[in-house]
Amino acid sequence: MTLTPTGDLFPLLAAVLAALCCGLLGNFLVLRRLSLMGDAMSHSVLPGLVIAFMLTGSRTAPVMFLGATLAGVATVVLVELIKRLGRVESGAAMGVVFSVLFALGVLFIERAARNTDLDANCVLHGQLESLVWWDGPASWSGVAISGLVEAAPPQIWTLTITCGLTIALVVALYKELRLAAFDPALATAQGFSATLLHYVLMIFVAGATVAAFEAVGSILVIAMLIVPAATARLLTDRLAPQLLVSVAVAIAAAAMGYMGSIAVPHAFNKPEVNAAGSMAIMLGVLLSLAAVFGPRYGVLATATRRSRMARRIELDDLLGRLYRQEEAETATVPAPRRAIKRARRRGLVAPDRLALTDDGRARAAALVRRHRLWEAYLVDRAGLAADHVHDPAENLEHLPEALPPEMGETDPHGRPIPPI
Amino acid sequence: MALARPEALLIGDVLEVLTFQGGYNTNAVLVGSAMLGLAAGVVGVFALLRKRSLVADAIGHATLPGIVIAFLIAVMLGASGRSLPVLLLGAAVSAAMAVLGIFGILKYTRLREDAAIGIVLGVFFGVGVVLLSYVQRPENVTASPAGLHHFIYGQTAAMRAGDAMLMAGIALSAVVVTAVMFKELALASFNDDYARVAGFPVSLLDGLMLGLVVLVTVAGLQAVGLILVIALLIIPPVAARLWTDRLLPLMLISGGLGALSGYIGAATSALLPRAPAGSVIVLCGGGVFVLSLLIAPKHGVVAMAGRRAVQRLRIAGEHLLEAAYEHDVSRKGDTTIPARTIRAMERLWGWPIWLGPMVIAGLRRRGHLQRTSDGYELTTTGAARGARIARNHQLWEQYLQTYADVAPGHVDWSADTVEHVLSPELVAELEAALKAKGALP
Repeated sequence: MTLTPTGDLFPLLAAVLAALCCGLLGNFLVLRRLSLMGDAMSHSVLPGLVIAFMLTGSRTAPVMFLGATLAGVATVVLVELIKRLGRVESGAAMGVVFSVLFALGVLFIERAARNTDLDANCVLHGQLESLVWWDGPASWSGVAISGLVEAAPPQIWTLTITCGLTIALVVALYKELRLAAFDPALATAQGFSATLLHYVLMIFVAGATVAAFEAVGSILVIAMLIVPAATARLLTDRLAPQLLVSVAVAIAAAAMGYMGSIAVPHAFNKPEVNAAGSMAIMLGVLLSLAAVFGPRYGVLATATRRSRMARRIELDDLLGRLYRQEEAETATVPAPRRAIKRARRRGLVAPDRLALTDDGRARAAALVRRHRLWEAYLVDRAGLAADHVHDPAENLEHLPEALPPEMGETDPHGRPIPPI
Repeated sequence: MALARPEALLIGDVLEVLTFQGGYNTNAVLVGSAMLGLAAGVVGVFALLRKRSLVADAIGHATLPGIVIAFLIAVMLGASGRSLPVLLLGAAVSAAMAVLGIFGILKYTRLREDAAIGIVLGVFFGVGVVLLSYVQRPENVTASPAGLHHFIYGQTAAMRAGDAMLMAGIALSAVVVTAVMFKELALASFNDDYARVAGFPVSLLDGLMLGLVVLVTVAGLQAVGLILVIALLIIPPVAARLWTDRLLPLMLISGGLGALSGYIGAATSALLPRAPAGSVIVLCGGGVFVLSLLIAPKHGVVAMAGRRAVQRLRIAGEHLLEAAYEHDVSRKGDTTIPARTIRAMERLWGWPIWLGPMVIAGLRRRGHLQRTSDGYELTTTGAARGARIARNHQLWEQYLQTYADVAPGHVDWSADTVEHVLSPELVAELEAALKAKGALP
């Protein structure tokens, strides 16, 4: 596959810019659990565009942009209103608002704006493919900044300005946005209005939605707002890395999705497929990768941690049981064979019979010591009854880093606490 | 539908359609849309109560890849690819996968429900758009995919009676399942913890509820399209919520409103050329919602404002009686209230100018106040009422000081609000309690 400046430069640029501003703003939506506000906005953009067109008869970028942004703001206000008057949660209120607005948009498009190139399908799928640089240079080396600036279509300009403003907003209000994202009540108490900030953010989301959707379609806007931030959320706990990761994910998905929409079908001798959709797919792929392989919260990492813990507890339980057996000189109790094998391999249990080695006894003593210390602690300090402390102690004994203070010679049942 | 024609509408046309005389096809579509609205209204109530309304949005958008894949498979097997049941089956399968996807994200990652819904919605729809762009190229698929995109915005114009029957059938089956499982679903949606403890399989019931949502979504694909089908599931329950607080009436009203919007919407779209049925049905629902918001007697804006105004008038009147009683009757035995005293009170309480005359008119109507030469005079009943309110006030103050340990300087304000809502039983109880403490005022 070869990309050419003529056919691919502007679509790729539009996709990357859209990814940048949506991905960045999406973080604040995901953190404030407002992800679906993006969904609502992108649906209500349609009537905004159509009404702006019907009122002015103009299809120029500023008019469209203003109409759609106003529709986005109207959505936020209406959702608040219905939430309060209709006594429903915000999800349902959003659903009511955006579906009615969208229905209005579809109706208007069908009835009034039919003869224009405002097309309900374009709204959904985007028209990346139409951003052709007709008299662009034939090779990448021929691309010059001046030529680029001259030839850039209005969508690119809108996106560039929106991106610039978005980045400026995040940089300028980083501290406030961060506080409001995690603790809006504290933010208000500290003297800047979290509500005002919320509306500012929503206006930006509306703006980004509008700027992005003309190029990439309304569905991709939803995916671009939510998925990169969600992916970053699976990889990091801090806001600054989260912002950087989400932007990187968004841009990577945009570029890979665009190229994939050409390269993959071409490999099977088929014509290229919809680019916006394949970016959404690529976002899904990146999110799945993060969900599975994420170093900290990934499914694999969690499963590994859990199974390691389970194996350790199994081994601990075997050693503890053998220790108590020796102590009370009772008969052998059955133990899972896996644990026995592992204990023998580590030299904790004798190879020929089921008995502790010296190493094993030392480790078992430490374990039983923790158990009995905890029992004594729970009775003495936490005031639990002596016959209620075994189960919690059974859990706590497996955490060597948490050790209760010295509690004397014996546990509440009169058994000796092994010394260190 | 045959009726769609560009010239002006006549009243006769409207009546013809609304009274089921618009031909067999039109009737079938009308009945089908009404059934769809009914089922969506009923099922939507549970989605609303479980705060799952927007899961329905993801479910709707997620049907697209299923529809296109079903079409591709049908074509590959040599069938026409236009068979509605096959396409709807595909839609149902991918919708179910979307539900599993949402639950998978919630279970295995630390993402919240809103993000999970958005992710599934965006990614599934992206897959659908890519597949759609694939089948729309004639060099890829020999059979024409014309009509597939109707599922996005909905198209009743092309619906035949058989399609409408299928829609009505699916919708009705959802209603029947809801009716049979009503008790279990109700319990699980109000108090899932209790339901779990009582031995009900709550996750199964949750699954059933989402299954019903999938069913309604699939039924509605043809008429309203996959983007707007969520409106059918959300708007009627939210509107019905304004009319009642009880579950059974809620479901009946919601189903009724849904059926009404479906019926009127489909009829309107049959009459108006180029009015897509989906949008019209949703806009009818929106109209029903706005109307409910205004006039619903329970929680409608007008009713609430009316109740609040009545309450405010009553409290203001009681304040006036109480002040007159405390200040003049109980101290000086003087029952007259000069007009300037009333003006002073109005200023003191910050009443807007319209409130004073209304309050006085109300008190005079009830016989608490009568007009004199230079103002007003408390009647015997008025003085008695004032005395009772003053006593309620004191009772509550004393109660707060005696039992709630509130400082004497802090009780007046609270008593000022509570005095208006003390019932006779509560007053008797307070008197008994304070008598026992020897603190009766």
